[in-house]
Amino acid sequence: MPNILVVEDSPTMRQLISFAMKRVPDSRVIEATDGVDALKKLSSEKIDLILADINMPVMDGLKLVSLVRGNSAFKDIPIIIVTTEGAEEDRKRAIAIGANAYLPKPIQTQELLKLVTSFLSGQRK
Amino acid sequence: MEKDTSYTSKADEFIQMFKKGEEFTKELLKENEKLRYKIVELEGSIEKSVDNARTRLYEERIKLLEDELNSLKEKYREVEKENKDFATKYLEVEEENNNLANLYVASYQLHSTLDFSEVLRIVLEIVINLIGAERFSIVLIDDKTNELVPVAAEGMAIADAPKVKIGVGIIGRVAREGESFFAENLTDAGEYNPYEPIVCIPLKIKEHVIGVLAIYKLFTQKAGFSNVDYELFNLLAGHAATAIFSSRLYTQSERKLTTIQSFLDLLKEKPKK
Repeated sequence: MPNILVVEDSPTMRQLISFAMKRVPDSRVIEATDGVDALKKLSSEKIDLILADINMPVMDGLKLVSLVRGNSAFKDIPIIIVTTEGAEEDRKRAIAIGANAYLPKPIQTQELLKLVTSFLSGQRK
Repeated sequence: MEKDTSYTSKADEFIQMFKKGEEFTKELLKENEKLRYKIVELEGSIEKSVDNARTRLYEERIKLLEDELNSLKEKYREVEKENKDFATKYLEVEEENNNLANLYVASYQLHSTLDFSEVLRIVLEIVINLIGAERFSIVLIDDKTNELVPVAAEGMAIADAPKVKIGVGIIGRVAREGESFFAENLTDAGEYNPYEPIVCIPLKIKEHVIGVLAIYKLFTQKAGFSNVDYELFNLLAGHAATAIFSSRLYTQSERKLTTIQSFLDLLKEKPKK
């Protein structure tokens, strides 16, 4: 059963993504409101994929990506950034830090599901 | 002597007969040869006709198989087309399903609280995350002044959002007429003018407008609006208006209740001697 960690400060977006993830077979969604909360969830749960926003209070998504990549226990977890920052340089920066994919908002649910499925099945790395 | 002559004539006769016999035999042999040739010829023609019949049979069979192949090919094409139609329909249903999920979440969130500022925050979240607006404001009608007063903004300071008289400018007209406004060019907004939004959505409870959502800029990645965006605008026009209106009333009544309660408490207090 894949565990998907959704890191979003917006309750609306968290609910929207969690709702979409119900269509990933046998998956379980764990929600976190910011980077710090996400790190807590990472240490208490076995996470298979992270969906993270960039602009969040306490700890933003980019900081979270760099901390996850720097930790040998979590460094191989695929991270998909879901953000309102749509500029090419933002995408490049996130990928350079260690994000596996970058999806600007407003998200197309089908596109997000396709990405999540491809990472969970190991087709994408 | 006479006997010799008779022997000679008999011998001649025999020779003659023998020669005739020889000729007859030769003729018989020739005739036999001709007959054999004819038999071979007949056998050949019989074989040929059998071959022809077989060829005809094979040709008919090939034609039948070709017809069958063509009909199978036609059926395959039909099934392939049907499959494509089903795949397209499946994608459409998937998209519709996703859109409905978005609308459900937006609607659920809007009605999840009676706190006025919380409702405003949810409307902002919906407009940012689901519509893809970068700069916008929400203005509500102040019944006392008959003005549209900004109550929330994103991508701009709330102080920069203008107060507008009903009927004045794009925002004022949308508030008066209750009809949405969409600029022809949504992406190239030019210089930012707080009085000229690119999208203006009236927040309505039935036909009663309580405010306006004015969008000035979309995210770079948002090239235009899709069907679900218009559905969201419709949803915002109705559900957001109801949520904003009821939460404002609730907050006001809560405030009044606290005031009345304090007043009652004051009355209940025994006068100090």
